[in-house]
Amino acid sequence: MAVTAKTLNETEFFYGHKACAGCGGSLAVRIALKVLGENAIAVLPAGCMSAVGFNFPQLCFGNNAIISTFAGTASMLTGVQAGLKAQGITDFQAVGFAGDGGTADIGIQALSGAIDRNDDILYICYDNEAYMNTGIQKSSLTPFGAKTTTTPAGKNIHGNIRPKKNMFEIVAAHGIPYAATASVGYLNDFMKKVEKAKSIKGTKYIHILAPCPTGWGIKTDETVEIAKEVVDCGLWYLAEYENGNFTLNHKPNEFSDIEKYLKKQARFKHLTDGDIEIIRKSRDEKWEYINKNFK
Amino acid sequence: MAKQFLSGDEAFAYGIRLARPHVISAYPITPQTIVVEKLSEFVEDGSLKSEFIHVESEHSALSCAIGASSVGARAFTATSSQGLLYMAECLPYAAGGRFPIVMMNANRSTALPWNIYGDQRDSLSQLDSGWIQAYAENAQEALDLALLGYYIAENKAVSTPFMANLDGFVLTHTYEVVDVPSQEQADEFLPLFETENKMSLEKPKNLAFSAGPDTNSIFKYKEHIGILNAKSVIAEAEGKFEAIFGRKYTGLTENYQTEDADYILITLGSISGLVREIVDKLRKNGEKVGLLKIRYMRPFPNEEIAQAVKNAKAVAVLEKDISFGNEGAVYTNVNSALQKAEINIPSSNYIGGLGGKNISPQEIEDIFAEIKSGISDIKFLGIGGV
Amino acid sequence: MKPFLREKVPVNFEDVPDTTSFEAGYLVTKNAGWRNVRPVIDTAKCVGCLNCYLYCPDGVIFKKDGKVAIDYDFCKGCGICKKICKVQAIELEAEK
Repeated sequence: MAVTAKTLNETEFFYGHKACAGCGGSLAVRIALKVLGENAIAVLPAGCMSAVGFNFPQLCFGNNAIISTFAGTASMLTGVQAGLKAQGITDFQAVGFAGDGGTADIGIQALSGAIDRNDDILYICYDNEAYMNTGIQKSSLTPFGAKTTTTPAGKNIHGNIRPKKNMFEIVAAHGIPYAATASVGYLNDFMKKVEKAKSIKGTKYIHILAPCPTGWGIKTDETVEIAKEVVDCGLWYLAEYENGNFTLNHKPNEFSDIEKYLKKQARFKHLTDGDIEIIRKSRDEKWEYINKNFK
Repeated sequence: MAKQFLSGDEAFAYGIRLARPHVISAYPITPQTIVVEKLSEFVEDGSLKSEFIHVESEHSALSCAIGASSVGARAFTATSSQGLLYMAECLPYAAGGRFPIVMMNANRSTALPWNIYGDQRDSLSQLDSGWIQAYAENAQEALDLALLGYYIAENKAVSTPFMANLDGFVLTHTYEVVDVPSQEQADEFLPLFETENKMSLEKPKNLAFSAGPDTNSIFKYKEHIGILNAKSVIAEAEGKFEAIFGRKYTGLTENYQTEDADYILITLGSISGLVREIVDKLRKNGEKVGLLKIRYMRPFPNEEIAQAVKNAKAVAVLEKDISFGNEGAVYTNVNSALQKAEINIPSSNYIGGLGGKNISPQEIEDIFAEIKSGISDIKFLGIGGV
Repeated sequence: MKPFLREKVPVNFEDVPDTTSFEAGYLVTKNAGWRNVRPVIDTAKCVGCLNCYLYCPDGVIFKKDGKVAIDYDFCKGCGICKKICKVQAIELEAEK
């Protein structure tokens, strides 16, 4: 039976941290650790979650946890896993929590290496779509049109000119045992995926969209609803990759209003009708692909 | 104990097999490759039970070793040159986290221009990374440093990673007869790795955290004391080593004919063998010359150097390194030792062997002749063309 | 184990560890001061669906007597709980 709020481990493992109010990333970490339980060994690179959770003597992880180098989440996970295995210890789950920059930019080499070796680790990317810890700079997972502090929205350029890198399918292309996308707006789906990942041997990757009120320009209480809305309007999707097949877990009957989703956020306020049309078109192309290739 | 004909790289791999690390993270780079190849053979033939990880870069090689050490596993990796620089971010990380990893570095020139041959600019550029740095002279010492390295690094008062440096090609690829100790002897020498600095299911910990201005200096001071503690632990380790294996090492430095020497050449690594020969030759001519071999650059042998040269008339430092815009890094360190001990004698710096350039016996003789002039100078060898 | 508040703040030389490792879940400060608004639960309205507990980024809402309660030491007042509540059992009151 799938884990729910009622059956979820009641212990909080990520507590007292200094994340901004309404932080989507901290919600993803908190829930994943509750599903994994006390034997999770967490590796977090430089980034929001390590910055808010590990300021000696304020140490906010109740389970074992360590900060890795920015690029080294996956390679440190490998070392943790191999080090325990070599000592005959097996009842643990090495889990990494890295942001979008730590995953899709600086950490992608180590992640690719770990998947290639099929190391028995779980890698969770909490994607808030920019380098939030350093003050909202563009990463390769920043979506088209988003204003960041390195993709300003002016007369000449309307924010980020490149689309979001497709990490989910990049990871899947390695032939990984399990990969999934998720959103903090749909936690039951996320919990199910973490639980499933826990039961699979080899490398697992979960990419969870985790809005950042500070960086997205939304109110602190809007994190969860915007994370739902991004799925409902079709700009994000909930899917899995397993045994060589893609599965869509949640298919909106009809998409909610894309413009409404975008204009709620300060980072998209500047978008013209033309910009929004580009986003709509790319969404439709993506879904054409998903409908054709995902079960 | 069995005698074998081994290269420096192979000898080091045999030493690592005897140390039985839990985890080996391996990424190839010339002239280190033989070490990881040999270890993979040991794992394949079952003579070594280690998790052998084919990492995808040197950065990951050390990051993986840190991960292993963070759960109390004994970890090994090896690198060289560009690889050492590529993993540079992880060097102070391992040292600041006090993870007693042993790493072999095959000393090699760094680009540009590209060059695969030996000099010591790679490791000497990382003197401030917080690692213990040892420099081997021959293949036997290379093997022995693998065992000594873990003994020293894992001592609780030290808890500092250990870099064993072997001159590229000259040592890594040169074959010598080496005594390979038995596993029983090695086990008698090297205790199991035990640490509280680890994540365990029984005692959950938060590791490698941030420390702000209030406590940062305290952490850094304790790290400094840890590597300084290596001085006495090196002596203790070498005493035990001699008792079990019968081979004697002499701590941070090795003095050769320095007792009554007027002129002393200070150097490190494999070039020491040639310098020793020249000292013998000049001594036969009645010249009072000596060799001071630096075995450890960190912790630095300030007192040992001062003690050895206090009665000399002049010294010179020969090193395969240049800190551009200044002088050789070893020279800077040696001069600091002399100044602190109020030894006011001329000291010269010879920068040689860059990119594998041969240092000839004549050049060593010339150095001894020149330092008698009493002039302090910085001079490059090997720039006269071919 | 849930991280919890400790009395000792280890910042003196002898209390700082030799290595960068320390007891997991060691808290020395609260987050209450961050809050502008305070979520208050009307237990008469609360149906114990646990949605607020599930979606709280700080994990400060816990089960109590079939319903929920809030750890005000660590609540930052983000307001997600009020938004997610289907029966409007949570109100935000201004902190004085």
